[in-house]
Amino acid sequence: MSMFSIAVRGIRFIALACAVLAGGAALAATSGAPVRVGGTLALTGPLAPTGLIHKLVGEIYLEQVNRRDGFLGRPVEWVLLDDQSKADLARSLYERLVTVDRVDLLIGPYATGGILSAMAVAERHGKLLVHNTLGIPKLAKYERQIPVYSIGVVPEQTLPATLFDALAANGKTPKTVAFVTSKFPSVHFMSVGARETAKKRGITEALWLEFEFGTRDFGPIAARIREANADFLWVGSIGLEGNQLLEALKKLDYAPKNPFFLYPSPGPLAQSPDGANALSMTLFEDHAPFTNTPQAAEFARVYRERAAKAGITYLDADMQAAVAYAAWQTLEAAVTATGSLDDARLAQWLRANRVDTLLGKLRFDGPGNYGDDLQKIKQVQSGRWITVWPREFAPPGARMNLQ
Amino acid sequence: MPSATLLAQSVLSGVFSGALYALMGLGISLAWGLLRVINLAHFAFVFLAGYLVYQCIGVSGWSPTLVVLLALPLFFVAGVALQWLFARFSVDEFGSLLVTFGLTIMIESLIQWIWTADVRRMETPLSTWSVKLGPIYVPVAESILLLVTLAVVVAAWAWLRHTYVGKALRASAQNPVIAAAFGVSHRRLAFLLSGVAAATGALAGVFVAVGSPISPSQMFGSLGVVLAAVILGGLGNPLGLLAASILIGIAEALTMALTAPSWAPLVSFSLLIFILVLRPDRV
Repeated sequence: MSMFSIAVRGIRFIALACAVLAGGAALAATSGAPVRVGGTLALTGPLAPTGLIHKLVGEIYLEQVNRRDGFLGRPVEWVLLDDQSKADLARSLYERLVTVDRVDLLIGPYATGGILSAMAVAERHGKLLVHNTLGIPKLAKYERQIPVYSIGVVPEQTLPATLFDALAANGKTPKTVAFVTSKFPSVHFMSVGARETAKKRGITEALWLEFEFGTRDFGPIAARIREANADFLWVGSIGLEGNQLLEALKKLDYAPKNPFFLYPSPGPLAQSPDGANALSMTLFEDHAPFTNTPQAAEFARVYRERAAKAGITYLDADMQAAVAYAAWQTLEAAVTATGSLDDARLAQWLRANRVDTLLGKLRFDGPGNYGDDLQKIKQVQSGRWITVWPREFAPPGARMNLQ
Repeated sequence: MPSATLLAQSVLSGVFSGALYALMGLGISLAWGLLRVINLAHFAFVFLAGYLVYQCIGVSGWSPTLVVLLALPLFFVAGVALQWLFARFSVDEFGSLLVTFGLTIMIESLIQWIWTADVRRMETPLSTWSVKLGPIYVPVAESILLLVTLAVVVAAWAWLRHTYVGKALRASAQNPVIAAAFGVSHRRLAFLLSGVAAATGALAGVFVAVGSPISPSQMFGSLGVVLAAVILGGLGNPLGLLAASILIGIAEALTMALTAPSWAPLVSFSLLIFILVLRPDRV
């Protein structure tokens, strides 16, 4: 046997040994008692269409994290309960997660009401609460709550400013604006802010209408919008309300100029023939530059596959999906960095460090632990949501289409 | 001051909303008034039919006529089966409220299991097609809804008023013992009425699917206003139901046109309270 052969065999042996050790380490990585992360989602009830997206994303993340090394080398288990879109039920369920199920960590539900309920429970037990879509930052008083929904401290001022800046930059500053808003708390809060912003910018208010969450007949509201015929339409809507309003307007043969929908169900609005050029806000969409990183691209790919399997009609990973993913990323970053599951240490670390997520580098050191406002403006173009403002977040060649 | 066009357009919108309330409420009114069954599962039937219509017409491309012709007998049978359960387990009026609420939750879960919680929309040109009459836009789908509702309500009224079965049903509702002495079989008539009620729910489901995007939890969205219309119209009274529904629809629409739209939901319940104070015997 030549020295060369011995050397080759030796290298092979070392490589094999390394592979075995690495494999063993990987197996060992997700061994032991699971780290239990508890949370609720609106799996039924009016918020369920979005809750479904959050559930899907959580499942994707858990698969990925458990393929790596879990949390601290232990597998991660998600104790997920259905809060039925009810904030009061979310409170009871979080109490159960902490006191009966004795989960190690908490992750927030979807929507402001449920998050506030969960926050009260987390505060009572001193637990960290990483949550994803609290729409009214000033209500976040608890020091161990971590808002991943990076809308800044005063989104009611900054989002309308971003929107009107976008219109102005495209030479379409409106002279008149019609505001139509749901009284759903986080929506109404933003609409009031937009109204103030328009006033400060000297834009004439042609219409201000408030409707109840759950309104079915948008005919009379559409007739009033048509009569106001403003240069710009702000629709403070959540879920399907935007679609219902657009259909009512279509029946009056009226296409509003530059309609903006605050929190629409992304799929139905993008896929509706009436939704073309509708504007909204976003933090992430399934296109470059958001998907330029391998992790984001992989997430968008896997999400599309899973969404199709789950029967979701809009397959692009949009803001809701990305925010849900970012919440898990934030939790993992804190656990990994501190090497601990201690709520106080995790919260302290998160408030002192930035976390790299799909939404960007997030910080949690401002008032109410909110950081930068990363909101952008998106628009329905060819049946998809495309980010159009700020321009550096638009995919190559995309432009904002305004009347 | 709102323009005459705005007011006329709003009144028209209210009439159409009222027509849908009436079509959704007809089955409930008949079952409550003549069988003393408060069937909340009727709302679940409406939405189940809506999803079937979405699936068969919107996804699979079946003929709408064929789907309606299949859905009506299917739901008739479902209604008969429900009544058989009530009869088999001797469910009383209050018990029916609880049982059918539970059944509604089960059907909601079934719908969510099959179609997920994601929103579904049956795209059809009919959904947003309107005809202009002077300054007023008349939506075609809603006009068909109104015509169908008028036809069904008048047919139901005539059936109860002028046929032997209808008279027997009313007699049985007033006094089952005396009616039985005259050879009226309450049990068989109850099956028939329950089947017809469920079939009207299926018909309403067609218009729900055509008229707006649907998601499982929406079945509870119209519950309050439809029950208000049923009570206002008088239990088991199709024409009263139609009048009450259209009154509520117009009142809501005018509230939205003249004041803040957020006041609209108060209208139906204010009317209900007002009528119940004046006429507590309506339930």
